[in-house]
Amino acid sequence: MSEIPHLLVHEHADNVGVVVVEGLTAGTDMLCCVTHDNSTFRLTAGADVPIGHKIALKDLKDGDTATKYGEDIGKIIADIPKGDHVHTHNCKTKRW
Amino acid sequence: MSSKYSNVTVKGYRRENGRVGVRNHVVILPVDDISNAACEAVANNVKGTLAIPHAYGRLQFGEDLELHFRTMIGTGANPNVAAVVVIGIEPGWTKRIADGIRETGKPVAEFSIEQNGDFETIRAASWKAKEFVHWSTELQREECPLSDIWVSTKCGESDTTTGLGSCPTVGNMYDKLLPEGITGFFGETSEITGAEHICQKRAVNEEVGERWYKMWKAYQDDVIFAHQTDDLSDSQPTKGNIEGGLTTIEEKALGNLEKIGRTSKYIDILEPAEAPTSGKGLYFMDSSSAAAECVTLMAAGGAVIHTFPTGQGNVVGNPIVPVIKITANPRTVRTMSEHVDVDVSGILRREMTIDEAGDELIDMIRRTANGRNTAAEALGHREFSMTKLYRSA
Repeated sequence: MSEIPHLLVHEHADNVGVVVVEGLTAGTDMLCCVTHDNSTFRLTAGADVPIGHKIALKDLKDGDTATKYGEDIGKIIADIPKGDHVHTHNCKTKRW
Repeated sequence: MSSKYSNVTVKGYRRENGRVGVRNHVVILPVDDISNAACEAVANNVKGTLAIPHAYGRLQFGEDLELHFRTMIGTGANPNVAAVVVIGIEPGWTKRIADGIRETGKPVAEFSIEQNGDFETIRAASWKAKEFVHWSTELQREECPLSDIWVSTKCGESDTTTGLGSCPTVGNMYDKLLPEGITGFFGETSEITGAEHICQKRAVNEEVGERWYKMWKAYQDDVIFAHQTDDLSDSQPTKGNIEGGLTTIEEKALGNLEKIGRTSKYIDILEPAEAPTSGKGLYFMDSSSAAAECVTLMAAGGAVIHTFPTGQGNVVGNPIVPVIKITANPRTVRTMSEHVDVDVSGILRREMTIDEAGDELIDMIRRTANGRNTAAEALGHREFSMTKLYRSA
């Protein structure tokens, strides 16, 4: 890959991806890579998101399930537009 | 089946019981908290010895006391330790720990403080420690198969990059070296929550998987649900995990479990600090997810090298076991490189494959076994933290 990806996604079934560059700003046309098969797509960042934090790959609704590694990682607790930051303010564990 | 790792050897210390160590410590081991001062005085008198002070050992009882003995004996018995001086306040428990270590065949001497005082104990123990240092420093490293090395893993200050890079690197190492006959450890019981359905299936058979699930469920019920006062939102994931982008325990657990790779299966379950007895292979140790506690327990179980993936930059070390730090987070590489042994941040840039990263880790395991000091060793990180199950009597 000649261009360094901004966002990595584990599996095609995932609806969130991980920012892997520092200083990502809203409006960036991100190169996104699915690590499972190294396929790529592009997505516009909807917010300034720190390295390591997650971005919604599609519009997510309150009550949806967040999926990463192809698995359930918790419930969405507020509507999140595609490209926006997903973290503790809008996603919560189903466990404790 | 032969692979490029089939004939790899390392230069280690072959101990009396056949186990291979990669360090050659003379340990001054306190039985209890009030013997720390005497142990530290002996270590100050005799250079080349290592005191391991800790906080417990008095008025413990039941399962908690058994864990104390297992941790003390396992630490002394670890093949990275050449010889041990044990010091306790009274002779009973002191002898019990010394005798437990003595079963390995290594030199052990014990001293108790009551009716001697610190001065006389330190004098006598220092003479013995000096004798052990002269003896141990003449021991030579010898060629040993890599398969004789017992490798543990536990990650810390995890973030989303650990699940993408450093944990799969450890998993790739296990997928390559377990078939070659190494013994491996993983654990962190509370941190499997959210991935327990996957972990159960990674047992070698259904019976082991069911025993694993019962152990995990007991931890949930007896520890977490019995003591929780909130939703654990500041504890698991930790504040550091959340800063690094991890949102839920499920997400953290799925990343954590990447450490056992794609094909590795665990063959048995260990109590905290218990040594494996079911032969070569991967073991799950019921253990805390706190870094120093977990590494201490796995070292007491007999691991001689620890592989430690970190995202945000956990700096933990251990007194007797070299802890190899692996990170994929480029910010951590940039800001904390003195703590990093294996930089796999190329995985995030898609410049390095997991397979290549696994090879780099195996090379670092080989070099560490041959004597390279890890970052944690060079920086003097010797965290020794006992796990305590409940209040003392």
